[in-house]
Amino acid sequence: MKHLLSAADLDRDHALLVLDTAERMHRELAGREVKKLPTLRGRTVVNLFYEDSTRTRTSFELAAKRLSADVVNFSARGSSVSKGESLKDTALTLEAMGADAVVVRHGSSGAPHRLATWVRGSVVNAGDGTHEHPTQALLDAFTMRRRLGRLDGLRVTIVGDVLHSRVARSNVLLLATLGAEVTLVAPPTLLPVGVEAWPAAVGYELDSALPKADVVMMLRVQRERMTASYFPSAREYSRRYGLDRARMAVLPEDAIVMHPGPMNRGMEIAAEVADDPRRSTIVEQVSNGVSVRMAVLYLLLGGADPRAAV
Amino acid sequence: MMSAAPRKAGTRTLLDSADVTRVVDRVAHQVLEKTGGAVDTAILGILTRGAPLARRLAARIRAFEGIEVPVGCLDITLYRDDLRLRGVRALAETREPPGGVDGKLVVLVDDVLYSGRTVRAALDALRDLGRPRAVQLAVLVDRGHRELPIRADYVGKNLPTSRAETVHVLLAETDGRDAVLLGPAPAPGAEVAP
Repeated sequence: MKHLLSAADLDRDHALLVLDTAERMHRELAGREVKKLPTLRGRTVVNLFYEDSTRTRTSFELAAKRLSADVVNFSARGSSVSKGESLKDTALTLEAMGADAVVVRHGSSGAPHRLATWVRGSVVNAGDGTHEHPTQALLDAFTMRRRLGRLDGLRVTIVGDVLHSRVARSNVLLLATLGAEVTLVAPPTLLPVGVEAWPAAVGYELDSALPKADVVMMLRVQRERMTASYFPSAREYSRRYGLDRARMAVLPEDAIVMHPGPMNRGMEIAAEVADDPRRSTIVEQVSNGVSVRMAVLYLLLGGADPRAAV
Repeated sequence: MMSAAPRKAGTRTLLDSADVTRVVDRVAHQVLEKTGGAVDTAILGILTRGAPLARRLAARIRAFEGIEVPVGCLDITLYRDDLRLRGVRALAETREPPGGVDGKLVVLVDDVLYSGRTVRAALDALRDLGRPRAVQLAVLVDRGHRELPIRADYVGKNLPTSRAETVHVLLAETDGRDAVLLGPAPAPGAEVAP
């Protein structure tokens, strides 16, 4: 594995290798006072973030630091980007500084793919536009497997703003690879063109989907990406597609509720659902994210120099 | 028994199954003697083949003296100094001995002592697990050619070898039978399995 650009880059064996490695990382550090491994000493990881992010950037930073890599954080705000530097020039600058891996988040779909053609180090897609977010899908799959013990045949319902969601796309691709049955539930206006070609079933009714879901993944309504009105009002959206206590009650006994964060409490998910200690995995997803990103960085950088092997 | 394994030309058996059993028995006795009856002692096997050896040592100590010594296993992959020399290695699971390692006399167990780099990595990994009172090293085979100032406290068998040779330890738990083989370099790609 040289880059991680799309969840579709991972075949079943590779995806399971990432999840198994993450499990080892998780156990390696669990309950330890010193959460540090010497594995990536001397390697440099650059976090290149053109969009705001709290958890993904922090998570990658922590993952790299726990493996003893040097981490450089670079956000578009307060950098030469605000002076008009292009992505390519920024990439070449980072390259010249000796970055072994670039973790990139960008508002334009496909930016990480372009970047991968310019730099010799590894590129990890940390979210590109409305396209993909593969490490989020991996941490979601990791969380499902830890909670429910399997992925094969697991019924996963992804609800909400699929149109603007890179999380949904990456999850559908990865979960299909891993043998889960994915159903997308959204108002027709929030489903992308061509969704019928995705390896997932599509529905418009949340209430009929819930009783047969092992996992419900609620997506954030991405107001900042909405250029038109996709639904009449927040209240109406919430009434038809929001997960509240009454809807949570019809879920099967062991079903879990996930959300990639940040949440709009009261919009797609009610506060009491988000905080439900038995079903909600939202906090777990965050801590699992560090283990999964450690696994990804280890698999990309832990062997012979990726620049030497073509 | 031998005929089942695909034998490479020039491979010689140095220890057979009975030899391995005798050697493990002797090392178990030595551990008991040197640790004063294995009090406050834990045995930690370095993966892959140190782990079954550690379990065997503990089993022999139990058989000889009726003492239950906690056993764990250690995956040192994340602590290796040669990670960049090959492709990515898969990780295995580290299991601390029940009761931990703090304040204990920890006996590290490995199959072959060669450059000493594995033991160095194991010492680093052990430091992250806790603070043992003392650390000792038991190996089935010492083949020489140390690259670091490391020696074993218990040696099953000293085998003077040349660097051009390879030593293969086979254990029933991982390879279907017990034996120590000396072969020409480079190492046969696959593990010899029956």
